[in-house]
Amino acid sequence: MAYEKRFDGRGFDELRPMEAKVGVVKNADGSAMFKIGKTTAIAAVYGPRELHPKFLQNPETGILRVDYNMLPFSGHGDRVKPGGSRRSREICKVMENALLPVLDLKDWPNSVVDVFVDFPQTDAGTRCAGICAASLALADAGVAMKDMVTAVAIGKVEDKIVVDLNYEEDSYEHGSDVPIAMLPNSGKITVIQMDGEITPEDLVVIFAKAEAACRKIYDVQKAALRAKFKKQEDVS
Amino acid sequence: MTHVARETLLASLKAGMHLDGRPLAAYRPITVTTDISYSAEGSARVVVGETDVIVGVKLAIEKPYPDTPGRGNLMVNVELRPMSNPRFEPGPPGEEAVEVARVVDRGIREGGALHAEELCISPGKQVWSVMIDICTVNVAGGLIDAAGLGALAALLHSKFPEHTDDIVHYDRRTSKKLPIGTQPLPVTVFKIGDFFMVDPLPEEEAHMDARLTIAITEHDTICALQKGGSIPLAKEDIHQMVKIALKSSHELRKNIPRQK
Repeated sequence: MAYEKRFDGRGFDELRPMEAKVGVVKNADGSAMFKIGKTTAIAAVYGPRELHPKFLQNPETGILRVDYNMLPFSGHGDRVKPGGSRRSREICKVMENALLPVLDLKDWPNSVVDVFVDFPQTDAGTRCAGICAASLALADAGVAMKDMVTAVAIGKVEDKIVVDLNYEEDSYEHGSDVPIAMLPNSGKITVIQMDGEITPEDLVVIFAKAEAACRKIYDVQKAALRAKFKKQEDVS
Repeated sequence: MTHVARETLLASLKAGMHLDGRPLAAYRPITVTTDISYSAEGSARVVVGETDVIVGVKLAIEKPYPDTPGRGNLMVNVELRPMSNPRFEPGPPGEEAVEVARVVDRGIREGGALHAEELCISPGKQVWSVMIDICTVNVAGGLIDAAGLGALAALLHSKFPEHTDDIVHYDRRTSKKLPIGTQPLPVTVFKIGDFFMVDPLPEEEAHMDARLTIAITEHDTICALQKGGSIPLAKEDIHQMVKIALKSSHELRKNIPRQK
């Protein structure tokens, strides 16, 4: 069967509408909201700060901890029980791997940079939206970064390769989902996962589409950071 | 959080003002936005000063409790998210979260905010469970009142999903609203030295001697009380705190968004 028109009417390479805002959690050292379609991620950064319990400390370098959390009412069906699941634990790890390559925490021995990411509503693509929000929050916190991190889920629905899957596409029976995190300046990939079925040739197309989509996400991120720091200039 | 010396704070309170210049019985600017999460049956975001909470209501069909076979279930849960304050850590709800949840719960339950009988589908077998989750984005003073306002706003804006027998179709929402009875709101009056106030800044809250949360309906009846803090209160203190709470509740109530 051919996938002629996307369920929500978007073009095959079209991202859902994005919104990004920096500085949304007043108590945090850095924070950001990143919204794509109906998936909303709020990220807050605390640190570098002393790491407790002490046995987790690394005298050689600071460490990064990511906490990914869907709020109880953010799922598609039943209430999501608080406290995390095997799925959320894996995503925390994946997000740490996505973000750590752009950080250098060698100057912060025995410390931790905590990144908390909460989702008030979700419509697929949460780990990718979470990575985009977390990257913005780290930049807002003034943590030294070599690059931003952008992420998007590319997928295959029937015969078509599509950008930024929504829930309906993500849960489609004859479909594949390939979340990719990319560093926009170097083009390097810090996350790739996949479930479904694709050909090696598909992968070439997927990377090309991911690169183009990540450039658009990067533009949204830069605009959000500029908006905050421009505001500060205006005040001073 | 900035630390403020007790004498500095008391001097300001003596002049009848919070440290930010507000009258003692006044709230910081409040904004309430409803329907902020499409996946919840009802939701609201409440910002009071720099305190920011998100509340979501989920509905499910469950078995009633054996002692209330003809009444729906109510659950209030508070997640003091680690993002919202450096003193919160990931993990199961601690003492503070449980206290806020129980105080908000009692106001809603005892005030009769929901007609629980109308949540019954089949006595002893199937009832609607109303699950309210209050999640903090930023905690900077006055949490209980913000949480209670958010819970009420989310309840008022909740809509039932369709269901076939006990299967709920969350993707198909009806226009039917929850059976709302009264509209209780918790108002917390703080005592610092000889002074009473509502909605303290975090640097004021740090000097709290005692607090009294008073849940009040729109008919000015009291439906729940909870004293906090380790300093005892005189009976006269409590009378005065109730008087302040009644007055401040009228101001707080203006922020309840009208039902659509």
